[in-house]
Order: sequence, then C-alpha cells, then structure tokens
Amino acid sequence: MTGVLPIALEDAVKIIQPLLTTGKEYISIMKLHSEVSEDHLKSILEEFQGTIYQKPPLRSSVKRRVRQRKIYYLDPLEVEGRSILFKVGCEAGTYIRKLTHDIGEALGCGAHMHELRRTRAGPFTDDVDIVTLYDLSYMVAHRQETRDESLVRKFIQPMEKALSLLPKIYIRDSAVDAICHGAHLTAPGVISLETHIKPRDIVAILTLKGEAVALAKATASTEDILEMNHGIIARSMRVLMPRKTYPKLWRSSC
Amino acid sequence: MQRNRAPWEIKREIIVKSEGETDPEFGCRPEERPIHEYIKFGVINLDKPSGPSSHEVTAWVKRIINIEHAGHGGTLGA
Repeated sequence: MTGVLPIALEDAVKIIQPLLTTGKEYISIMKLHSEVSEDHLKSILEEFQGTIYQKPPLRSSVKRRVRQRKIYYLDPLEVEGRSILFKVGCEAGTYIRKLTHDIGEALGCGAHMHELRRTRAGPFTDDVDIVTLYDLSYMVAHRQETRDESLVRKFIQPMEKALSLLPKIYIRDSAVDAICHGAHLTAPGVISLETHIKPRDIVAILTLKGEAVALAKATASTEDILEMNHGIIARSMRVLMPRKTYPKLWRSSC
Repeated sequence: MQRNRAPWEIKREIIVKSEGETDPEFGCRPEERPIHEYIKFGVINLDKPSGPSSHEVTAWVKRIINIEHAGHGGTLGA
C-alpha cells in the first residue's frame, strides 16, 4: 500500500488523534472473479454509499465485531475487463480489502483488492505538498551543505495544517496563556469562529496569528456562542502551545 | 441510502463575534517560526512507499531528520 501517511514531528505528535479519526480517500484496483455489466456494477457501487456494516478482517488490530462505517462516495473511474479502478471516500477505520470483498459478494461474482493507494488523510492529499523519503534525505543533506532552510519549509508543514478541517475558534491574546495552563475557553475570549459548530464537536482553538493553542470539545453551537457573554464554550482536551508563549494576564486563586 | 458529506466537503465560514487585535511581540504566524521551532511543530505529508510498515517508515523519518519523537496519523498497511 502506498500514499498519504501524515507524520507528526516532536511536539506536533499531540495533533495525531484528530488525524487518526478523520476521513480517508483511496484509489484502488479491484479484480472481479467474472465479468459483470457496467450497469450492474454502477448500481451496486451506489448501494455501498452511505452507512455500511463491516466486520474487521481476521488480520486486524481491533476486536472483530460488526461495526458501522460511512462511505462518503464510491466512484468507478475506469473499467477494463474484470479490473475496476475506483475512488472511495470513507470514514476512518474502513477496511478497503473487506469493502472490495463485500462488493464482490453483492455483485454475485466475487472480487478481491488488487492495488491500493491512499489519496487523502483528512486535510492531507497526494497532490499538494506530498514528499518522499528521498525528498527528506535530500532536504537534510542540502541544509547541511548550504545552511539553506527553504527546503525544510517546503517539505515540512506547520502542525496547524493538520487541524485545517476542524471547526476553528479564534481567541484574543489575553485568553491564550490561561488555555495553555489547561483552562476551558469562555465566551469573552472569543474573537471569531466558524459556522456549523455543534456541541461536542472537536474544535481547534487558534490565536489571531493562526497558531494552534489547544484542541477542545465545544459545549455550544456557533449560534449559541455568538449570543453568549459569559460561561464556558469549549472544554480543553489537548494543549498544543507551550506556556508563556503569550503573557500571563489571568489571576490565579492562590 | 442517505449520502454523508466527507469532512473535506463541508464548507465553513468565519463569523466575527467581537473586535480584537494581536500583539506582534508575542508568538508568530506558524509559517514564520524560527527553523528549530518550525520543525518541532511540524508535520510531513509523506508518500509512503509500498513494502515497509507505517511504523518502520516513521522510524526512518525520525532517523533521517534526526529527531527524538515522531508519530504517524493512521496505519497504511504494508
């Protein structure tokens, strides 16, 4: 299997959790065990869009009980005899080998996965800023020889990129350090926020410069937060910014 | 069956709740972090080769760029 594998460095490993649970996209070649009409194939693929039930394969790292997974889209790209090239957007934890097998069963002819490439993991895609191990080796050698940082800044992305699909809440400077010490975000700290936030959504708390401060769980919707003058609007889950990056403007109780 | 939107298909807009400015003296835009900090708070969108496991590839990345910790976002089977 090849394709998008986001790797978080050093302090950025704290942002891995939302990447693990975010949606993925794959391109795969499926081999049918006998030929079927293109109409039949299309209608069956369409049936697999939505919520599917899947039992993890024998060789898997999770408990083998049937679970639900969302298939956002499932599009055939090319058909050549018994080989089907298709693209699938799916929820994290969807087994494509199993999906292919189940599509084969539904088609009535049987099928297996022949090749697989991940083309997206959340905000990371295989057509923007993707680098190979060779690129990284070259980046290190080039920097050692020339002291030039430009390749490092080209091949490595700020961790904020990994949070770009999360709903975002921008806060004022004076609220930053309290969050860094584990405080929850209250309404007066909010400068701006994104639409469609619902209670219990995982949100990214950012400074006005766009720096990640923390991951938090929203306790109110966008509409409610806009109306609120006081009270907690998001509970901190993971602090990402080191303390004292911004000045301490809050008073401790002792 | 009901169609679900992928996380990357959801369009969000920013709404301003109140006025505010940020002091240039503290912090900095993520792209402008000093190079050591830039790496420390960095993520690589790696094109995993076939063969080695996600875990092995992550260990190689650590060695290539000479850092202590790294973690990958979602196993991509060998």
